[in-house]
Amino acid sequence: MVGDAVVLVGLAAAAGGTVTGFAAGATGSLDLLRHAQRFARTYAVAMIAACLVMVYALAVHDFSVKYVSKVGSLSTPLHITIVSLWSSLEGSILLWGAVLGAYIAAFVSWSRDRDVEETPWALGTMCLVGGFFAYLIAHPANPFTPAPVPVPGDGPGPNPLLQNHLLMIVHPPSLYLGYVGMVVPFGMAVGSLVSGKLGPAWTRALRTALMWPWLFLTAGIVLGGWWAYEVLGWGGYWAWDPVENASLLPWLTATAALHAAMLPSRRGSLKGWTVTLVLVTFLLTLLGTFMTRSGVFNSVHSFTQSAIGPIFLGFLGVALVACVILLAARIDLLSTEGDPPALVSRETGFLVNNVLFVALTFTVLLGTTFPLVMEAVKGVKLSVGEPYFNQVAIPAGIAILFLMGVGPALPWGEPSPGSAWRELRWPLALAAVAGAGSIAGGVDRALSWTTLCVVVAMFAMAVTAREATRPVRVRMRENGEALGTAAWRAFSRGNRRLGGYVVHAGIVVIVVAVAVSHAFRVEREITLSTGQSVAFEEYTLTLVGRDHVEEPHRTRELARVAVAGPGGDFELAPSLNRYGGGMNPIGTPDVHSTASHDLYLSLLSIGTDGNTAGIHVYRNPGILWLWVGWAIVSLGALVALLPSRAGKAAARPAEQAAK
Amino acid sequence: MKNKLAAGLVILAIVGVLGYLAFGSVSQNLVYYWTPTELVAAGSKASEATVRLGGMVEAGSVVAEGGGTTFAVTDGTERVRVRTEQIPPQMFREGIGVVVEGTMAQDGVFQSKRLMVKHDENYRAPAEGEKPGTSTMVESP
Repeated sequence: MVGDAVVLVGLAAAAGGTVTGFAAGATGSLDLLRHAQRFARTYAVAMIAACLVMVYALAVHDFSVKYVSKVGSLSTPLHITIVSLWSSLEGSILLWGAVLGAYIAAFVSWSRDRDVEETPWALGTMCLVGGFFAYLIAHPANPFTPAPVPVPGDGPGPNPLLQNHLLMIVHPPSLYLGYVGMVVPFGMAVGSLVSGKLGPAWTRALRTALMWPWLFLTAGIVLGGWWAYEVLGWGGYWAWDPVENASLLPWLTATAALHAAMLPSRRGSLKGWTVTLVLVTFLLTLLGTFMTRSGVFNSVHSFTQSAIGPIFLGFLGVALVACVILLAARIDLLSTEGDPPALVSRETGFLVNNVLFVALTFTVLLGTTFPLVMEAVKGVKLSVGEPYFNQVAIPAGIAILFLMGVGPALPWGEPSPGSAWRELRWPLALAAVAGAGSIAGGVDRALSWTTLCVVVAMFAMAVTAREATRPVRVRMRENGEALGTAAWRAFSRGNRRLGGYVVHAGIVVIVVAVAVSHAFRVEREITLSTGQSVAFEEYTLTLVGRDHVEEPHRTRELARVAVAGPGGDFELAPSLNRYGGGMNPIGTPDVHSTASHDLYLSLLSIGTDGNTAGIHVYRNPGILWLWVGWAIVSLGALVALLPSRAGKAAARPAEQAAK
Repeated sequence: MKNKLAAGLVILAIVGVLGYLAFGSVSQNLVYYWTPTELVAAGSKASEATVRLGGMVEAGSVVAEGGGTTFAVTDGTERVRVRTEQIPPQMFREGIGVVVEGTMAQDGVFQSKRLMVKHDENYRAPAEGEKPGTSTMVESP
């Protein structure tokens, strides 16, 4: 088959790229590096081609391919059919390989003008990881295996839960883009460790290489929560499920690494620490893949038990040992250079940030893997409850939020305590006022975690806003520039800094939304007969009736509920959907979103006579702001990723012309 | 050098305290997966812990009473009566596989806070040592 052949080409190219890359690193030969780059590009083309072959097979319903016969169905709409590529294990790994190929090709193009000693080692490492995935696709998780004869005429279609919402089209790919993208900084970190070099230019490049996957990983996590909220019908977006944690863990360490990477370019310290965090991030993405794809945890995400688990665990083990050996061999790089920072300084802020993020990673990892360890060691079946994660994450999250306010306000170097206080007093005063206001205003009467969180958030937001606009104000005051000019020049010279603060602002919005939605949710289960009304908070819900809708790939039972509320009347229709041959219904909630809260209806059951409906009603405050906060975070990350040199170069002639 | 040592000790202390808190907290928030046989064997221990009880809804045991539902969960050997205030999901019926999360009440009836129905056409009793998974479970929200 074409698919098999293309994957084998990819495997061979990855092997070639690894060998020539490492050889180029050892000999310093530029020729060998050019070969490695050619191999890497071939790998990328092959993996993307393999993916397209499968998309084609899915689109034309070629049921002679086993994977198509497993997830395809003639009655499934075309867009869902294409999305079926990642609805099961083999297809996911295929997409994984294609994304990895694209990343490696991007690294090749991007690193061309950086022919430093680290590059060939980095490229070789990426090809090695690429080879591993090509091997998985070629052998244990081969999606191109022919279906057993006789070839079936139709298939069951993808997992119903994955067909139920359009967000499923974007959530997995963005998560993959995040996960797989961590291979690039990992390769770069290995490159710097092997070559023993870690120049400032390489560190800057490393930060950019981290930022892109971080952006996608953030999107993947948020979209996953959004999907759970819109589809699963339990009224929430995050449940500390092992697979959710699997995506959060590398996000935490990558965030820590992004912060740590800001120090080296300024002070030349913490290099080794940054590299360690990057290695750990990659290992955590492997662990996450193992946890979600091997079936050791049961969830929506673990498709089938498969042979891939042990292989992945083996690869994870080898990677872990390799990382430890590399770090031990380069222990000299790990030690910090120069004097330790002053106790009250921005440097210390970064350090404490990293300690908190790593501690949070550790506790989430402990809670996530504890059941696995207990089952392996003692044979006891258990899980770690949500309260554990909340007990740890809420204080740690608030501490990080507080630091988000303190850190940027503190000057670099050795500020005097007095100057630190001058920087902090106004934001602190504002936060105190906000806290008093929210208690007096009856938002939450006691000094609860929620109040504390809101107060700290106000403080962090105040500092963020001030620091983000500081360059503009300085320009206006000292150069006498007009607001527009000052803003544009500050932006074009300091887009990375500004982007960082925009990300901070978005995170503050998200944290407040999480805290408020967690604390002030109201929910009730109600049973309604047709025509019957019930009051729920500021709304009156009336069951209008029942609808039965036949679609090619599913049948839907909808409960039509008329809602009268202060903002006008509308109708919500939560449904139970049955897919394909399966007779068991999947619920789809219906949500009415406003700026302050969501009204969320989840259909539990329809009575046998068709005249009653059991409905779970939620009033979830602040949910919309989760998605708004995420949009702000993404915008900030993109601003930070804008090529700042080009911006500077563009600004320079204009500046000279002005003079 | 002294400063570095001090900084290292401070970090070690923070990590140590957090680690201690985390471990202590983990052991207080464990949810055990038990079969009715294991639950009965655990005796009074069951009323202190949060338990996920997996098994089949016994035929003829479902009774709707005063805003709640009671039924019996069985694994073929032992049976445990369960009470829930929730509206059971559409698929809930006699003979279907369920996982209920909650605690054993004083009166010997298991008080369910969460009711999940096994989302599978052909229910089979869990094999020896098999964890009642949530992969095929649909939660009553």
